[in-house]
Amino acid sequence: MCGIAGLIHRGNTSNVGFELQGMLQALKHRGEDSTGYALYGKTDGENFIMRFKVGENVAEGSSSIKEDVSVYDERKKIVDSYLSELGAKVIKEDRILPYSLRYEIQYDKDLMEFSQKIESVEGVEILSMGKSLEVIKDLGNAEVVCSRYNLDKVVGTHAIGHARMATESGVDIKSAHPFWGYPFSDVSVVHNGQLTNYWNNRRVLENKGMRFMSECDSELIAVYLAEKMRNGATLEEGMKESLVGLDGVFTYFVATKDSLGMAKDTMAAKPLVLYESDDLVAMGSEEIAIRSILPQEIETYDPFDGEVKVWQI
Amino acid sequence: MANLKTSEKKSKAQSMGLHTEVLTGKTQQKFFNPDEAENFYYFGTYDVDFNKRTEIDVKNMDCREANKKIDELMKDGYGTIVIKNPQGKHSLGVGILNKLNLIFEGSLGYFGCGSMDGPIVRINGRVGWSCAENMMAGKVVIEKNAGSCFGAAIRGGDLICKGSVGARTGIDQKGGTIIIGGDAGAFTGFMMQRGRIIILGDVGINLGDSMYDGTIFVGGKIGSFGSDAVEAELTDSDQDWLKRKLKVAEIGENFDVSKMTKVVAGKKLWNYDALEPTEKKGAI
Repeated sequence: MCGIAGLIHRGNTSNVGFELQGMLQALKHRGEDSTGYALYGKTDGENFIMRFKVGENVAEGSSSIKEDVSVYDERKKIVDSYLSELGAKVIKEDRILPYSLRYEIQYDKDLMEFSQKIESVEGVEILSMGKSLEVIKDLGNAEVVCSRYNLDKVVGTHAIGHARMATESGVDIKSAHPFWGYPFSDVSVVHNGQLTNYWNNRRVLENKGMRFMSECDSELIAVYLAEKMRNGATLEEGMKESLVGLDGVFTYFVATKDSLGMAKDTMAAKPLVLYESDDLVAMGSEEIAIRSILPQEIETYDPFDGEVKVWQI
Repeated sequence: MANLKTSEKKSKAQSMGLHTEVLTGKTQQKFFNPDEAENFYYFGTYDVDFNKRTEIDVKNMDCREANKKIDELMKDGYGTIVIKNPQGKHSLGVGILNKLNLIFEGSLGYFGCGSMDGPIVRINGRVGWSCAENMMAGKVVIEKNAGSCFGAAIRGGDLICKGSVGARTGIDQKGGTIIIGGDAGAFTGFMMQRGRIIILGDVGINLGDSMYDGTIFVGGKIGSFGSDAVEAELTDSDQDWLKRKLKVAEIGENFDVSKMTKVVAGKKLWNYDALEPTEKKGAI
């Protein structure tokens, strides 16, 4: 199953961390193997924020192999040395959990080269790279992840999130959503559904130099859109092409620094309920997600099959 | 439950030594007896008074608590029940098997009013997926939009949405009437077997895909016809029925039904015997 939720405040900021936590927690019956947040916060817009992991959460229920914390320390040291080699200056460093880190970085060169270098360290994955985006994902339901990473105070303009029931791949952080739209700054994707031409697309995209970090079919959407954008397509054009290029059943959200979009497959096999007003768009797999932030009577609707919509902040 | 016991009378399978026991016992199936018809009630149904009215606020209840409360009120003879603050909760108003006026002041989530037989329900908001699934009889009126699988497998009754509905409306429909005031999504009437669907607005792709029987009337544009769905002649009696039905449903009373498209099953998918083996695969 899996549940997805997203919201965008247009012309305003709000406590998006808290709001998304409420929406995802309302969907926890759709899956609580892992929960992920892509939060577009209020930042100075100058430095990159890199969220990355140097290991997996090996708590009960995880499909990852246990590693000693000293391994994480070693990987972190290598990452730090690589950052220095790349000419990236670390402004601020937070080690939130032994395996999860947040760096504020000054860097003005190619992000693909940067990412390839950092991720060449075994067990290291960049969860997000952006000037406003921060992807936080871990095992457990929305409340657990929110309190583990102190997300309820995050202020921003928009956010997307995912409550996952693991079906196609492992119970681990690397398979959890959202996926960063590597190598694009501030692009993230969440997905509900199954893609049936994952391997065909993956082989083609890997031959074009795109990177996959998991075997989760949903990651394909992020990579597919990133490749389209790399070739000059707008986000909306890429999303429209995905309705034909991606086979299977899906509803997905994609967010950039200043926009939020949704796409629904041509069979409308996966649910989505949408609320749209002048200052707020909220959407989720079920209406109860929207009700968690808008308890009053509101007008909502299900987008039709093959529909693509994009909103700006 | 049927009992297992040995028997001297042997079947062919038994004589071959495959098994020794035979099933005996009383069937659980209940057969309709016209002599008992007036006294026939489902288990768990109540004799209610429509003039006895009450309201409940389900804001802080989960769906089990809310449904239990509705059941208790029916047991106490309340025939008109108003539900306040449903707030998109799932599975509200399900399994009601007696006459009742049920009014929801707000929106429902998934599977609202499913498996019911008899109530008249008005929902002043929106409904999620699979509203009124398996409805046997009664009437459900939704003032706003509805999600996908609206009226899945209904056997009877009237299901009316004044707004637009999602994909697969009337999937596996076996009877009754579904009326949509707005647009409908893809695969409307997918594998329907009986009953009628009326859509006043546009409808998406694959209308009536693999339908066995039944009739679909569309007032607006059709995205595409599904496998084996074909256009049929709109007769005068069809138009009379449509006018009457729309009037009773309090929806589209002045709609020009003469311009509607009537869609039925072509019934070609059944004729597998007439196909070559290679053609069968394509037909399936």
